[in-house]
Amino acid sequence: MDLATFWFIVIGVLWTGYLVLEGFDFGVGMLLPVLGGTRYASDAADAEKRRRVLLNTIGPVWDGNEVWVLTAGGATFAAFPHWYATLFSGFYLPLLLILVALILRNLGFEYRHKRPEARWKARWDLAIFWGSLVPALLWGVALTNIVRGVPIDANKEFTGNLFTLLNPAGLLGGLVFVALFLTHGAIFVALKTDGKIRHEARQIAERVGVVAAVLAVALLLWIGITDGKLASWVTTVVAAAALLGGLAANRAGREGWAFIGTAVTIGMAVATYFLVLFPNVMPSSTNPDWNLTIANASSTDYTLKVMTIVALIFTPIVVMYQGWTYWVFRKRLTVKHIPEDAPREPVSR
Amino acid sequence: MDATDLARWQFAITTVYHFLFVPITIGMSLIVAVFHTAWVRTHNPQWMRLAKFFGKLFLINFALGLVTGIVQEFQFGMNWSDYSRFVGDIFGAPLAIEALLAFFLESTFLGLWIFGWGRLPEKLHATTMWLVHIGTVLSAYFILAANSFMQHPVGYTYNAASGRAELTDFFAVLTNKVQLVTFPHVIFAAYMAGAGVVMGVSLWLMRREAKAAADDAQDVARTDAPMYRRATRIGAVLTLVAAVGVSVTGDVQGKIMTEVQPMKMAAAEALYVSVPAGEGAPFSVLTVGSLDGSHANALIEIPGLLSFLATGNVQGAVRGINDLKAEYAKTYGASGNPRVADVATAFVPNIPTTYWTFRLMIGLGIATALIAIAVLWLTRKGRTPTARWLAYAAVAAPLLPVFANSFGWIFTEVGRQPWLVFGLMTTANGVSPSVSMGEVITSMVVFTLLYGALAVVEIKLFLHYVRKGAEPFEEPQDPADRDEDAPLVFAY
Repeated sequence: MDLATFWFIVIGVLWTGYLVLEGFDFGVGMLLPVLGGTRYASDAADAEKRRRVLLNTIGPVWDGNEVWVLTAGGATFAAFPHWYATLFSGFYLPLLLILVALILRNLGFEYRHKRPEARWKARWDLAIFWGSLVPALLWGVALTNIVRGVPIDANKEFTGNLFTLLNPAGLLGGLVFVALFLTHGAIFVALKTDGKIRHEARQIAERVGVVAAVLAVALLLWIGITDGKLASWVTTVVAAAALLGGLAANRAGREGWAFIGTAVTIGMAVATYFLVLFPNVMPSSTNPDWNLTIANASSTDYTLKVMTIVALIFTPIVVMYQGWTYWVFRKRLTVKHIPEDAPREPVSR
Repeated sequence: MDATDLARWQFAITTVYHFLFVPITIGMSLIVAVFHTAWVRTHNPQWMRLAKFFGKLFLINFALGLVTGIVQEFQFGMNWSDYSRFVGDIFGAPLAIEALLAFFLESTFLGLWIFGWGRLPEKLHATTMWLVHIGTVLSAYFILAANSFMQHPVGYTYNAASGRAELTDFFAVLTNKVQLVTFPHVIFAAYMAGAGVVMGVSLWLMRREAKAAADDAQDVARTDAPMYRRATRIGAVLTLVAAVGVSVTGDVQGKIMTEVQPMKMAAAEALYVSVPAGEGAPFSVLTVGSLDGSHANALIEIPGLLSFLATGNVQGAVRGINDLKAEYAKTYGASGNPRVADVATAFVPNIPTTYWTFRLMIGLGIATALIAIAVLWLTRKGRTPTARWLAYAAVAAPLLPVFANSFGWIFTEVGRQPWLVFGLMTTANGVSPSVSMGEVITSMVVFTLLYGALAVVEIKLFLHYVRKGAEPFEEPQDPADRDEDAPLVFAY
């Protein structure tokens, strides 16, 4: 295997890391008005506490989760400059929307608890909800379009526009991401909390999980039938099995296994995408001769060698300390862990 | 205004805005780590209160630096795709490594620091902030290595077959001589900004506490004024140390800049006509009238200073804009590289911009150092002065070094023009061909409005927490003895 292919795999791994990790915090963000809403909460004070439980399940980790996509972006730039250039200039407006959404969402996490006024919190809650939903949807649209092919000319330039991307397969991809992340997020909440909210999260996972399964199978079949190969069929089957297994584990109250199930589903879905993509990185729907491929989009061997050395040394270290963070904050949270009265600041009073 | 201008404005707006928060983040993470460590070492409650207080201000600032940084990672591809294709083989690596080495470190350990109260053993907890600081410095190193390549490309070869610049020596990129002086210069400047915030905020609170005590005829020593005095002085000392570092590195940087980018030095002085050796080029502090070279009316001039800044010799020769422009056109216009073919007709640096930003950078830096000296003198031997002008000094102390940072960057980036990568690609050749004017305008309007609104939110929140001051001390509990069901010490 040449280094460029190795880096194609690395980028797949980075996207897997991103979508598995940020996937559940997108899910928690989207569930904020549901699990923290009037349907489940007894009153406004209870709703506020429940929202805070939800936010605190991802509080220490969401930022580290998000770095995976920055690393994926940086690695794409370094290993496949043409892929980076064509993709980011081509998908300009969806990326703009994603950036705005992420900005508002992250500030929501950081600023929401900094003032006691209900209106202030309500505004940031909206930012967190939309800031989780929009990127989940648009990453799905974008990645699905990459796999399916978009109009690219002989100069490696994208020639479509925003509406080119809003085709049925792309939109289905977006919905699949949203439904999968909702399920994944609900299971994460069930895994990280206790009491009433834990059981309600499991119920939600059960219901949304069925929708996610139907949509995901439809999408993967669609992609498989049009562009599939043996390996991608294998990962498709594993993805489907993991999702069904995860949902069964969730039903049985085995949240840890359920979470592994949805994580494997997301990972295998990404693997399916990358296997279908191989050996292209961004196929052209205009003319197959104009495909961006691993070979014609990559950096030089020297650059890839440097990057490989750095990645082999530091990726295990990153994975270790990020994993350690999850260990430090492994305890389940309940409403009683949320400090009474006005939210406490990082500074104790 | 054409597509290049729009893309440049967009990059300028998003990057200058991002870099308002970055130096404060680098500087304050160091100071918070110092306060936190001082608490662990001495268990003096003041250090804990200061660490938490400035930690909170740090986080308000960090949040905006972080979110605006995400834009940076993507916008090379969005607005500068031809540039990305041309230098991606070189420029991408430091960016990717920055994410892997620095961003993960910063974000993971900051999460641990924020939520670590009552959960992490205290020594480990203080270490997390040091790791955040190391992350910010590593981040600066890699992104500056990338930028230094644009100022002075090294460790590459131009491959005519692939039509791009390709990396041949990564170590050379990391140890670019421009990088080796730019990195310490930027870090010291960031320390000035972080120290300026700590000095300004503490000074304001010290004055408030001391004044309230005086008004109520209370003993100042029993208020928080002495604690804030201490923080003020720490901020002032760090400001001065950093100011010395900035000056020394800036001086070396000026000489290297003259060597590798003589146009930038000429643009810094608006020097159109070369000054031969032996005559000594002066440095004008203030100029009125035309800057187009037809008649420079320097009001105050320091003889020989420009020669000294550029060459280290008051009699040294300094080349002017006109000569350099002709030389660039001749050298690069005939190089056969299509990405520089427009160099003769391309804009020269915008001279009023380079001229004034160079002076503002230096002037604001000096003003910050003067404030620090005055503050150290007035607070000597336990004094807690309350003079009215100190309130203004407190407001100026954080703002001046932050703006000095901005002006320094505007100078160095505008001064590089017409080059995007010096000698290899002009700016007009780097923009994305597939992105329409409408798209750039849309994103520029969206970012400008969003960033403007966020600035208002951020400043209000920041001032709100400054006014509240440090929280009273609360004895921390050993994480090992904590009740499993007790409320968290810190929660969102």
